Amino acid sequence: MEALTSHLSELGHGLVTTVELTVVTTVGAMLLGIVVATLRIAPVPLLRAIGTAYVEVFQNLPLLALLVLFVFALPTIGITFPLFTSAAIVIAVYEGAYLAEAIRAGINTVGVGQAEAARAIGLTFGQSLRHVILPQGLRAVIQPIGNICIALLMNTSLAAAVGVVELTQAANTVNLVEAQPIAVFTGAGLAYMLLALIIGQVTGLLERRLAIVR
Amino acid sequence: MAPETTGANRPMVSVRGLNKWFGPLHVLKDIDLTVAAGEVVVVVGPSGSGKSTLCRCLNRLETVGQGSIEIDGEPLPAEGRALARLRADVGMVFQSFNLFGHKTVLDNITLGPTRVRRIARPEARQQAMALLERVGIADKADHHPAQLSGGQQQRAAIARALAMQPKVLLFDEPTSALDPEMVNEVLDVMVSLAAEGMTMIVVTHEMGFARRAADRVVFMDDGRIVESGAPDDFFAAPRTERARDFLSKILQH
Repeated sequence: MEALTSHLSELGHGLVTTVELTVVTTVGAMLLGIVVATLRIAPVPLLRAIGTAYVEVFQNLPLLALLVLFVFALPTIGITFPLFTSAAIVIAVYEGAYLAEAIRAGINTVGVGQAEAARAIGLTFGQSLRHVILPQGLRAVIQPIGNICIALLMNTSLAAAVGVVELTQAANTVNLVEAQPIAVFTGAGLAYMLLALIIGQVTGLLERRLAIVR
Repeated sequence: MAPETTGANRPMVSVRGLNKWFGPLHVLKDIDLTVAAGEVVVVVGPSGSGKSTLCRCLNRLETVGQGSIEIDGEPLPAEGRALARLRADVGMVFQSFNLFGHKTVLDNITLGPTRVRRIARPEARQQAMALLERVGIADKADHHPAQLSGGQQQRAAIARALAMQPKVLLFDEPTSALDPEMVNEVLDVMVSLAAEGMTMIVVTHEMGFARRAADRVVFMDDGRIVESGAPDDFFAAPRTERARDFLSKILQH
């Protein structure tokens, strides 16, 4: 226990970094997910192809490989970002592919009649999406989106591999000093669990609040 | 069948040589149809005769294979913003209502006016309430569609179409999904619209409505307009064998 309490400051910083990384990445991944899902249902074949290619590439590569590639390969062609930024970009791009598929599933639950009615009153494709299709499609997949957000939270620990000092990296560092892996990683694990529980609660709340009257 | 116009009114909808295929299936064959401003045309015919498809072609929910469609003298644009603008002028009422499930009845009606017509929200709400009053469901303004009966939903859908102040209203079997006791409340609204001079094209099986409100009945079979005439003439003395056969089947009971 003392192994944890005597390093609260380092672990605390790690926890804050994990939360920051999760929040920033979730927002980015949601935006990307909506854009890519929209591409996948666009009336233009080229846009659909781009959306499909995005999903196939980023869903089918390991996140760790993407992180290492981005952080160590890009500098060789002269592109460098701060480590936190790099990790956030890569995780957002990766999780965006998963979110895009969940959102597309949600869009598919919205009856074709809704889109027809939206077009019939003169809404453009973009307006139909924004005011009719997405509000209903997203409501249908709040739960799977929440699950992906929890997976995203867990995946932020991979940022440790490219030098971001988030919670897992902080715990690792503390363990190197204290050599008490059970206490240190149980503590870190409980912190992750707490964060995941919060995401789950928010998901449930949103689902109840936004439920469509049927 | 030669296209015809009633009176000296300008044509509001003008269809020339319309052909449409679903894959190998030829669903609309050489359709010519002119509907004058203020005219009420009821399209009848057996199922699969292409009447719904014709209706949906008129605001391009279905693409056109061959031929031309003009609304108020303007050719129907292929796609994009021009098409969206045209659709705003062509109201459509669907068989399954298609009200937006996540919005209240009032918000269903104000969506088009505020987003497409750019009318300020308070004004749009006022107009929407007046329309709901007119179709008799003002007390349901803040309800969600699922909380309404079928007849009420369809009246809300008519109000939503009217809110765009369309030049022409299309009805695609508006009462076919309704319980029998709710059919009349919808038909009553449609009859009063017809009486007020709205240009209407109505695909329906309600022959009573055709008799009461139609200026002209168009009979379709196998993708063609087979016969077209005043309702009294059509129902009393159909000129074609197909129409006689169709009427004998539906008017027996």
